[in-house]
Amino acid sequence: MNPLYQYILKLADDTLIFGQRLGEVCGKGPYLEEDIALTNIALDYLGQSSNLYKYAVQIQGEGKTEDNLAFLRLEKEYVNCQLSELPNGDYANTILKVYFFAVYQKLLYGALSKSSDEQLSAIAEKSLKEVKYHYTHASTWIKMFAGGTEESKIRLKNAVENLWEYTAGMFAITNGEEDLAKLGIVPDAKDLHENWKQKVAEDFIQFGIQIPDSEFMQKGSRTGYHTEYFGFILCELQYMQRTYPNCVW
Amino acid sequence: MWEVFIQTKPGLSHKHAGTVQAPTAEMALQNARDVYTRRMEGTSIWVVPSKYLVTSEGVDKEAFFDPADDKLYRHPTFYEIPNDVKNM
Repeated sequence: MNPLYQYILKLADDTLIFGQRLGEVCGKGPYLEEDIALTNIALDYLGQSSNLYKYAVQIQGEGKTEDNLAFLRLEKEYVNCQLSELPNGDYANTILKVYFFAVYQKLLYGALSKSSDEQLSAIAEKSLKEVKYHYTHASTWIKMFAGGTEESKIRLKNAVENLWEYTAGMFAITNGEEDLAKLGIVPDAKDLHENWKQKVAEDFIQFGIQIPDSEFMQKGSRTGYHTEYFGFILCELQYMQRTYPNCVW
Repeated sequence: MWEVFIQTKPGLSHKHAGTVQAPTAEMALQNARDVYTRRMEGTSIWVVPSKYLVTSEGVDKEAFFDPADDKLYRHPTFYEIPNDVKNM
């Protein structure tokens, strides 16, 4: 398969699945304003996935639509990172997921906005503005949790321990990605990961939180292997298209 | 609670849009952004803690507002506004 198609698919799947997951908070946020804030972020993710899928089907050139990719693939055909599909959990966990992903997306889109592929750089430039705000919002909360009550500190600590082993999965590469990186079309995943670790380490020192000692990282992200939670997301996500084929909004 | 003021275009005054709840000033600004400017309504936002708002609630309304009732001459209606001046 075309390496660029594969690569764009992974970015699109990340944002589709994370958007779907975060959308679950809609109507259930801790308070009205945060409910709207998180739903805005979820919508930004879905918007990004829509732009990326549109480009993916264009590269694929089989006359399919973004909906074919979003709604009609099987579980193993999705190449999102496992972090994006994990349950929201409590608010510390929900926000920390957004934070980890926002640091990644900021670096990713920052690099992709300089891509030699014009369409990819245009999508990245537009999305970069959105994810900069996601970072601001999530890190403001984490600062507050870290400097808050005993309860908020414990919850944040649990969230860090829970999510840390999924962070490397964001940087797992797709087939042919290294070649794309050599051509300057996409950033080198190893560089991205190093920059990500550095930024998170800086932030964590500032927030006063510890990075876990364990170096164990979950494997399987971007290969079609998912956590046990993924099937349930797909079930809900695909329900309408599966039940009423070709239905439109 | 925080009072939210939104400026819809550069140069215009900030208008009261509503309130938000938020634990800190920084978060109040972000929550105001998310609640009141998500459809491109604003170019600038002010948030002010509601407790610092001094209002005319509770004053004698008649003494406070009625005396201005018959002072038509206070309206600057005798000037012509040049075409280039917008938003007056």
